[in-house]
Amino acid sequence: MSEYNFAYLDEQTKRMIRRAILKGLAIPGYQVPFASREMPMPYGWGTGGVQVSAATLTPDDTFKVIDQGADDTTNAVSIRKFFEKTAGVATTERTAEATVIQTRHRIPEQELTEDQILVYQVPIPEPLRFLEPSEVETRKMHALEEYGLMHVKLYEDIARHGEIATAYAYPVKVEGRYVMDPSPIPKFDNPKLEMAAIQLFGAGREQRIYALPPYTKVVSLDFEDYPFERTRAPQDCGLCGANDSYLDEVIMDDAGRRMFVCSDTDFCRARREDGHQGAMAAAAEALT
Amino acid sequence: MSACVDTEALSGGFDTPPVAAAHAFRAAMSALARPGRIETISGGRAPAPVSVAAATLLLTLCDAETPLHLAGAHDNRAMRDWVAFHLGAPLVAPGDAMFALGTWEALGGLDRYAQGTPDYPDRSATLIVELSDLVASGSRLRGPGIRDAAALNLPDPVALQRNAAQFPLGLDFYFTCDSRIAALPRSTRIG
Repeated sequence: MSEYNFAYLDEQTKRMIRRAILKGLAIPGYQVPFASREMPMPYGWGTGGVQVSAATLTPDDTFKVIDQGADDTTNAVSIRKFFEKTAGVATTERTAEATVIQTRHRIPEQELTEDQILVYQVPIPEPLRFLEPSEVETRKMHALEEYGLMHVKLYEDIARHGEIATAYAYPVKVEGRYVMDPSPIPKFDNPKLEMAAIQLFGAGREQRIYALPPYTKVVSLDFEDYPFERTRAPQDCGLCGANDSYLDEVIMDDAGRRMFVCSDTDFCRARREDGHQGAMAAAAEALT
Repeated sequence: MSACVDTEALSGGFDTPPVAAAHAFRAAMSALARPGRIETISGGRAPAPVSVAAATLLLTLCDAETPLHLAGAHDNRAMRDWVAFHLGAPLVAPGDAMFALGTWEALGGLDRYAQGTPDYPDRSATLIVELSDLVASGSRLRGPGIRDAAALNLPDPVALQRNAAQFPLGLDFYFTCDSRIAALPRSTRIG
């Protein structure tokens, strides 16, 4: 612990990030520029989320990190270890026990409470970026509330695929004002963006922070005749049998056998501990 | 000109800055994310008439990068020395300030402060308003961060309504009283 300042970053950097977080909360959905620092991990590995977490954590916190819902992947493990070492905070894999949760591309299945903070790692914060490469232009489009292009994109989805084919990073409108990229969460998670917890979004390489205060109105963009649809694989989890969670497809062998399992590992584990069993639970047990 | 700084200016900082600032920020963030909610914040002390909450907030958010405006009785010799020693924040006129501290009356008209621009609405001032009383009753608040409705004794609801009407431009407010703090971001609808 003595080798690092609490939570790695120096105090002046944390103040700068904290000011950006507060402006982000005051203008929900607006991307606040901040002076993102070099972190001891490559861009794309959650440097934005890590900086926001560092500015948010206190020694009393219990920290959880998920990567696509899983606590045990490389990204999640290394960020958890990073804060164990530099902030000395307690860590957990249990959603209910965590006070700060850093996430890459999922919202936990279990409903979050007022006492929790969800920190997102964001690769491309600008929802209009793939439609308009110029930052000068997209900034003006946000200022003028000129979001027609985004609706054209969704319309082209329908023209080409017969439905809105955007499956992740599905754009939302925040409090009727800013169009926001919810980070590449599956659109299955979009309805959960209206929650009791504070949500903070950090994009390290792109140097942006944005936020959603609790209970902020978040509407997924759609059309009257093509309303927003939440999608998931039409299966039950092979391990725990859940029929309401977001599922990952796992290839089992060279013969193409596959199974669907909960992407939220903590949710799946808790269900199995409660005695729920999926159709492939025994087979999966045999594999390990 | 005296070369000697009043020793009062040297005290009042955080005992353990990283930890105290982390706790103070969480209280300040919780207050701003849930407008109207009154949080407790402490750890800093500044010369009179600055409250514990306001001193703690300054230590948490302000430094050499944040021009600060001290208004009315808060702009005194002891406080200027304290700011110079603990924050290093440049003291400026209202129009150049990122943060301003004073009573509601002393802070004066809200249009004197930076409101942000359509391209960069975040480039607006945050006002720290010292109140003699802070209670969860009075004006009705709705908007982001509030499930149904909240209430707070706002100093001038009409002026604050005008501020909210400018969203996404406008000022953000912290209200401080002793070691208690509440916030009113521009996104909150009043009444």
